[in-house]
Amino acid sequence: MTPEIRVQRETFDPAAEGAKLEGGDAGAVATFTGLVRGEGGLAALELEHYPVMTEDALRRIAADAAERWALAGLTIIHRVGRMEPGERIVFVGAASRHRGDAIDAMHFVIDWLKTDAPFWKREEFIDGRSGWVEAREGDEAQKQRWT
Amino acid sequence: MAIELLYFAWVREAIGRDGETIDLPDGVETVDALIDWLAGRGNGYVEAFADRSRLRVAVDQEFAGLDAPLAGVREVAIFPPVTGG
Repeated sequence: MTPEIRVQRETFDPAAEGAKLEGGDAGAVATFTGLVRGEGGLAALELEHYPVMTEDALRRIAADAAERWALAGLTIIHRVGRMEPGERIVFVGAASRHRGDAIDAMHFVIDWLKTDAPFWKREEFIDGRSGWVEAREGDEAQKQRWT
Repeated sequence: MAIELLYFAWVREAIGRDGETIDLPDGVETVDALIDWLAGRGNGYVEAFADRSRLRVAVDQEFAGLDAPLAGVREVAIFPPVTGG
């Protein structure tokens, strides 16, 4: 199983990405799509990353997931650049023989993405304010569930 | 020894540049000591490094602690806690 890892500016099609994970040994495909929330008068998000490190960090998370669960396929897509409310920002899809492994692996990857991949979000608001999103302690707690 | 420094997010904005190459001074042996030395330059560096609990680093593209040694290191990135996903 070779995970599909992509860091890209353009959007993606979650249905098509999920369908690509079907076939082979798969009896279950679990997918997650993260969207830009428009709350608080948000106008746009700007996603910055550490290009030479990002893909390796995602590969490491994917490899950890593949070690813990029997996966037939795994896809991680993370967008960078500017995104408006409602746009897709991240996709995780995991395929396995049984639903438990697919769901757990997908959940693990999205939790670890939050704390172990070098991305930073900057918010721009309709009223002109802007600022960097602060990391949430809850994210670290979510991740620790898997250790 | 030349070392590549990279800054991201508000660390980059406070310093006013996304990176630089420096000659590592004698006696600067850890990331912490490097940050002390950089903060000695004043201005944006002081602002960027004021609260060290808000800083994270990667050494040669691997997440590391502020106590990470610099011997043989080529690239150090300094940034806030990550907020992807």
